[in-house]
Amino acid sequence: MPLKSKHLLGLEGMGKEEITLILDAAESFREVLERPIKKVPTLRAVTVVNLFYEASTRTRISFELAEKRLSADSVNFSSDASSVKKGETLKDTVRNLAAMKIDMVVIRHRSAGAPHFLARFLEASVINAGDGAHEHPTQALLDMYTLRKKYGKLKDLRVVIVGDIRHSRVARSNIWGLQAMGAKVVVCGPTTLLPWEVEKMGVEVFHNLDDGLNGADVVMVLRIQLERQESSYLPTLREYSQLFGITKERLKLLNPDFTIMHPGPINRGVEISDEVADGPYSVILDQVTNGVAVRMAVLYLLSGGEGKFEETS
Amino acid sequence: MKRPVKRKKPVKKAGGGNLIIAGGKVIDPASGLEGMADVYIQAGKILKIETKRLIIGKKLKSSSAEVLDARGRLVVPGLIDMHVHLREPGREDEETILSGSQAAVAGGFTSICCMPNTDPPLDSQEKIKFVLERAKQALCRVYPIGAITKKQEGKELAELGDMFSAGAVAFTDDGHPVMSAEVMRRAMEYSKMFAVPIIDHCEDLSLSASGVMNESFVSTTLGLPGIPSVSEELMVYRDIKLAEYTGAKVHLAHISTAGSVELVREAKKKDISVTAEVTPHHFTLTDELVKTFNTNYKMKPPLRNRADLEALKEGLKDGTIDCIATDHAPHSAEEKETEFDQAPFGIVGLETALGLVVTELIEKEVLTWSQAIAKLTINPARILGLAAARIKGGYPADLTIIDPQGSWTVDVSKFKSKSKNSPFGGWKLKGKVLYTIVEGKVVFRPEK
Repeated sequence: MPLKSKHLLGLEGMGKEEITLILDAAESFREVLERPIKKVPTLRAVTVVNLFYEASTRTRISFELAEKRLSADSVNFSSDASSVKKGETLKDTVRNLAAMKIDMVVIRHRSAGAPHFLARFLEASVINAGDGAHEHPTQALLDMYTLRKKYGKLKDLRVVIVGDIRHSRVARSNIWGLQAMGAKVVVCGPTTLLPWEVEKMGVEVFHNLDDGLNGADVVMVLRIQLERQESSYLPTLREYSQLFGITKERLKLLNPDFTIMHPGPINRGVEISDEVADGPYSVILDQVTNGVAVRMAVLYLLSGGEGKFEETS
Repeated sequence: MKRPVKRKKPVKKAGGGNLIIAGGKVIDPASGLEGMADVYIQAGKILKIETKRLIIGKKLKSSSAEVLDARGRLVVPGLIDMHVHLREPGREDEETILSGSQAAVAGGFTSICCMPNTDPPLDSQEKIKFVLERAKQALCRVYPIGAITKKQEGKELAELGDMFSAGAVAFTDDGHPVMSAEVMRRAMEYSKMFAVPIIDHCEDLSLSASGVMNESFVSTTLGLPGIPSVSEELMVYRDIKLAEYTGAKVHLAHISTAGSVELVREAKKKDISVTAEVTPHHFTLTDELVKTFNTNYKMKPPLRNRADLEALKEGLKDGTIDCIATDHAPHSAEEKETEFDQAPFGIVGLETALGLVVTELIEKEVLTWSQAIAKLTINPARILGLAAARIKGGYPADLTIIDPQGSWTVDVSKFKSKSKNSPFGGWKLKGKVLYTIVEGKVVFRPEK
């Protein structure tokens, strides 16, 4: 069974079957990554453009690696190097990409919906690598992959997402994806940083961290940004840290065999204490490795691959 | 205070000869007339309404007058749009007074009021005169609305008296709303000398801030910054209280929320001199559509939710909302075809307004024909003190002839407007404008 859409724009509306398909494919690519020669010819002659309009190290490198290991030809644009600063519009970029006969586009953009804009005008497959505060589907897929690998399943896991849900694309994609897989998602954060009617997404909502953590299996800690203090969402980061910082003390509230996740980059001592970030229950570095496998799976499936990846040569 | 010079009609000379509109159903909401009649026009004015000795069945030809066959059609006062952006001076690539007037008459409008947020803004007598001078080329009447404050900065009052005597029919800072309650209070007090309304685009900018769509569950899922309904309602409430306090005439532009409708309803019960308008897109579309990230669903105020839409219809029905106005806002394709949060706010509306009124309000029995036409003619005319908007002997012959059953498909490429930023492309609408007549002259007729 191939994926229903030729684009990966978000996880909203994606069902259990499709997510499972991606996670299963990632499993076979994870095995490739353990080999001495970590490269397969699967996407030979496929051209991928990585359009990064917003600073990113982790996601960009992860996509580039995934493309290289699939033998795709990849080209990189980043906002510093490309013509964005010369005033070229996204529409112009679209026209250029169309003329260049690109097969796939990976886009990171500060504006929600920018990948959808490309998808509307391009023949190529579009992969959303993070659009504004909207979605970041490959991050959520790798989070789910990491959790499934650890627990063997996602169904009935209690996952609490802590922090700035309002501005988080990672939170949105995880809420849709995890719920589709049967996990119970809880969001916990200051009232000012939860978006309007967030409970309609199907999540349980807490404003008291201890209540939120109680009985959870997984804690997903979101990055809190200094600018939230400047725009009256928060009095101080110090107070945020007191109310919502994940400390070793608070871990006692969690179920045994709990997991701490963070999409990075971490503000140590603000949303998460050093000892928690570096603790044995933290899968933060596994998340990075798994990211490559998951992105290989997405590239493979969107380029027409079906089901499990099997080597033919 | 009266205008020192008699207000000149914004249209040049009466271009029309003698005209008879024969056999149509005439609707004149101001008098309640609704029935078969022949309308005789001479020298730009309505000569008489003949209800008894109709010429149909005898002959449709006359040697001394053009006869328009209006059998099966509606003959209504020329439509008035009191909220239009014409972009001249400054952005003539998007719209000019001439192209805007061409769009207007194609949409059945015989009078349009242009907003002052041009570049430079219409904040002085000289700029009002410029618009009226350019309007001599226009196909319909163009009434300028002046800015409340100099450069629309919300700080110092512009010379309202000077603009009034040149022909400004109202004052507003529209999309740059006056945030200072003190400045707004003085503007209202000052405007009383000229008995013209202060129009407010109700938006507390500190609350709408960087918002690009309605704050709702939809904005939550899309991760787009929201514009809360309370940013509008707070200013609606402020303006109502200031209108009550100062006794000035206040008109609220494009209200969009259930809360605003309720505030206006209560104000009217207390006889506060406040009036309100709604746009066709606000009574037709909801914020669910933003999920497409199509920037033609981006405007201010933003599309709201279903409950708001129903409340707007209820407000139209019970008379809380006086007028339907388009907020026609032309934008170039280059500017509009971009990331949702980067695109400018606003859509064009002149050429789809009547079709949406018929399809969404009349066909769905929210309004009768007479009620709907009143909100497009006599009501805005009364608010602004305009002369036309009647089908009665002696009045200017500004008329629109409509095929009420005529179905058509919106084709934005055929718009007369220079800009095509409409979300209604491909929509099938009922209610087609056949003829638009300004001062006795047929300025729009079906293409052969």
